[in-house]
Formats: sequence, structure tokens, C-alpha cells
Amino acid sequence: MLLPLAAVVSKAFGGGADAFWHAVSDRQALAALRLTLILSLVVTAVNAVMGTLIAWVLVRDEFRGKSFVNSLIDLPFALPTIVAGLTLLALYGPRGPAPFNIAYTRIGVATALLFVTLPFVVRAVQPVLLTLDRESEEAAESLGASPWVTFRRVILPSLMPAILSGGALAFARALGEFGSIVLIAGNLPFRTELASVFIYGSIQSDDTQAAAAVSVVLLLLALVVRGLIAALDRWGRRHEG
Amino acid sequence: MTGIVVSDVSKSFGDFVAVDDISLTVPDGSLTALLGPSGSGKSTLLRMIAGLEEPGAGQIVIGGADVTRTPARKREIGFVFQHYAAFKHMTVRDNVAFGLEIRRADRAKIRSRVDELLRLVHLEAYAKRYPSQLSGGQRQRMALARALAVEPRVLLLDEPFGALDATVRRDLRAWLRRLHDEVSVTTILVTHDQEEAMEVAGQIVVMNGGRIEQVGSPRELYEAPANDFVAGFVGPVTELAGSKLRPHDVDIRIDPVDGAMEAQVRRVTHLGFEVRVELEAGDGRRLWAQLTREEAEQLELMDGQIVYVRASRRMPVALA
Repeated sequence: MLLPLAAVVSKAFGGGADAFWHAVSDRQALAALRLTLILSLVVTAVNAVMGTLIAWVLVRDEFRGKSFVNSLIDLPFALPTIVAGLTLLALYGPRGPAPFNIAYTRIGVATALLFVTLPFVVRAVQPVLLTLDRESEEAAESLGASPWVTFRRVILPSLMPAILSGGALAFARALGEFGSIVLIAGNLPFRTELASVFIYGSIQSDDTQAAAAVSVVLLLLALVVRGLIAALDRWGRRHEG
Repeated sequence: MTGIVVSDVSKSFGDFVAVDDISLTVPDGSLTALLGPSGSGKSTLLRMIAGLEEPGAGQIVIGGADVTRTPARKREIGFVFQHYAAFKHMTVRDNVAFGLEIRRADRAKIRSRVDELLRLVHLEAYAKRYPSQLSGGQRQRMALARALAVEPRVLLLDEPFGALDATVRRDLRAWLRRLHDEVSVTTILVTHDQEEAMEVAGQIVVMNGGRIEQVGSPRELYEAPANDFVAGFVGPVTELAGSKLRPHDVDIRIDPVDGAMEAQVRRVTHLGFEVRVELEAGDGRRLWAQLTREEAEQLELMDGQIVYVRASRRMPVALA
């Protein structure tokens, strides 16, 4: 585990801290990193809301084909990401049947990221919803709370740790996602180029210093997210007993 | 007036009839117990009164108003659950304040009301704790304070002491009785424990199989049960010469007397102040008697001894 990480770090700092800093502050590298961060955050926020809603419907509602829909949620995990990217391109691309073309746009990239990170929040929230104490909801109701107040004051605080840790996993995945976006992004520097694609491009043009430097930044972000998830887990269990 | 009138209420879950055409009146300010085994429909009936379950048929009136189709949140009830249903992410104070806060009551008023309730349930020192830091008995007292905070018109308790230790149960029972004397809000208590119902309630409704078997005071049910089921549910029953009686109404004599039947002592068990005597009567049927320690000492019963038994008091109705 540590060996390849050490190799990347030593590569990034092989030319000294200056060379590392120079590579990271390159305009194209910075743009790629910034776009990666912003899109990952947006996608995470959208999936936190949508994922919670989907989990809710899957746990609390009864409808025909529920188990089919439930199994569908894991599709992005099972599908090779490059296939996911190709599918999206075929559907929303220039020759696709969809009435709009989002290939080679940030919307297109975001759509791909939404697709591959969807399961995280759903799968984090679902088990918590299943074990939620229904009586505490009834208690809130008997005390005069409307369904919305009950959701906001009683249910949501119980789900929050799961939503956040699912969101953190989705965020970490989005940061490094490559397969599903490489086709639909079109790799236009400053417009749709994400960090992972930038790394790939750098390697292709033999700029291993730039590739390693951006990799290290992604690595650091991943470590921060990892720490965040651990902290969230402790926080989520603080009132158990 | 906040009496409760239940008329012809039924409720089914699929094929299972939980509550079968029940009518019941709960007087204003009373403490009524719904007593019955599990599956007798007592909890379902309570949940329908609360509005947490919708009746399949019938009408529910609280304080003169038909609330059959009124959602629980508008019924002005207080509900206490067996497993506390605490808001785990809130402190004790916030739990108790919840009902007042969502009504957007004045901050200072909420504070003083919550303080008053915490004193009432003896949790003043625990206001800043979280439910996970409380014992079961403390959690249930918190749940009671939370239910009482909104000044409900009726208080509904669903097996409130069911998850607690025997000693805590006994303490809380006595405490609930005193609390009811102070607050005197119309209260319904669901329990499967006849001792709990007898000790706490003024009126007991015995339920079985979704129907009401009998309604009466604890004494009426014990002394004049309407049928076998009630007799057996509210206290021990034994049989002597074909008639049923309470084991403490078995009169044991060393010497033969009029109307007594010969019996052999099979086993004598000492249970503190009570002594249980298992007997085999002359007709071959088993029965048992409950004696005080003094009575047992006077008789000096021994296993295998021949004695004479008769009923000092029979149940007034001929039970099937």
C-alpha cells in the first residue's frame, strides 16, 4: 500500500519543493484542480439530497418493482466506468437520441460524476433509515409536530452522520474519477479538464513531474476526507447507548 | 371535560382482527388501565385513541369532540412508549421542551415550564445529559415529562414500565399513582401485568382477543369476575369440588368438618410471608391453597399428611 504512494511522493518532490510548487501552480494544473474540487463538491451536494430521497423512498414506500429499482442503485458500482462514460456519450453526445448535447461540457462531466457516485449516499443512509426508531417519530407527532417538523428535528439529525459520511465517500470518488469522464469531458484544458485527466495527459506528454505533483495534491485531499469520515463516524455514534 | 368515548371501534391488520367492535367510556380525570395478554388489542386501541392508528370503523370522542379523523398532532394528547422513544440527539431539557418549542412558545416560559417538569419527575440534575446517559427508569420519567409539558388533555401510556427492572417498576408505579393525584389528567395505561393495573388504576378494562371481557374497579374484577378469563387473569384460581375459588379462600383443617373434602398434602412451599400448599383432593384432582405464615405454622403441615379442605368463599358467579 505504502510503496506506490511513497514512489509518487518522492517523484513529486524529486526536483525539490520548488519544482513541486512550480508544477502545482501551473495555470493548467490549477484550473484542473479547481474544476475537480468544485464539481466534486457540487456533485456531492446534489447526491446528498437525491441519495437521501432515494433511500427514503426505497425504505419507507411500497411500490411495484421496488426490489428492481433497489438493485439498479448499485449499477454504477458494477459497471466498468469506461462503459458508463461511453453510455453517457452515446445518450447525450452529438449523435445521441437525447434532444440536447452535453458532451465536452462541464454539465456533461458533472452528469458522469453524479452517475458514478450515486450509490454512496443511498447505501449509507438506507441501513440507518431501516433501524430508525419509528416510535420517536410518533412521539414527535403526538407532541404536535407536523411531518416536516418531525423530519427536520427528529429524523434528519439521526440521518446526518450517514448522509455526511456517504457524501464524503462520494466526494473522494469524484476527486479521482477518470474512466467515466475521460470520454465525455473531451479534455479541453481550462474548460472540462479534471485533475485525473490532467495527470493522464501529463504522462502522455512525458511531464511526470506535473503528473506526480497533482497526484500528491489529490492524495492529500483523499487523506483529509479519510480523516473526516473517521471523525464523522465517531460523531455519529456519540449518543448511542 | 376530557372524558373519552369509544364507540363500535374496529381495526384489522390484514386478516387479523386486532380490535373487534369495542365501545368504552373513560371518565374525565380517571386513571384507567387496559389489561390483557399480548395480542388482545389493548395497544391498538390505545394507539387509535392517540391517532397513531386509524380505526377501520367506529368513532372516538375526546372531550366531547369527534376526533376519529383528527391527526395525532392535533389531538392534544401525551403519549408514552414502552421503549421511551427518546430523541437521542437532544439533551433531557431539549427533549422535554420539544412540544413547547415547536409551538413557538415564549423562551422564558419554556424555561420555567421545563424546570417545573424536571422537578416533578426528579430529573433537575440531569437536564444537560443525553438519553444514552440515563437509566431506563430515568428515560421513562423524561418521556413522561416530555408528554406532560404540552399540558395534554389525555395522557396515554403504552406499557410504560414494561422494559424496566422489577424494583424500578414498583417505584415508578407508586410514583405514577401520586403523579396522577397531583396532575389528575385523564390517563389510560396499557399493561399486561394485572398487579400493575390493580395497583395504579381506578378502572380496569380487561381485554382478550380484540374484545372487552369486563370493565370494573380492581376489587370488582377480583371478587366478581364476569368469566373464567377475567378470573384467571386478575388473580390465581384453583378448583375444589367443581367450583372455582381463589387459593387463599381454601380452608384447610386437620380434623374433618361439615362440607369438607379429604385431601393429601403433596408439597408445601414457603415464599416469605406466603405459604403455598399443593394438595390432591379425594376426587383425585389437584388444587392449591395460599396460607399466611401464621396459618401454616399453626397447621404444621407435612408432605403426605391427610387434611380436610373446603371453600371459605366462592366466586359469586357460576363460572363455566
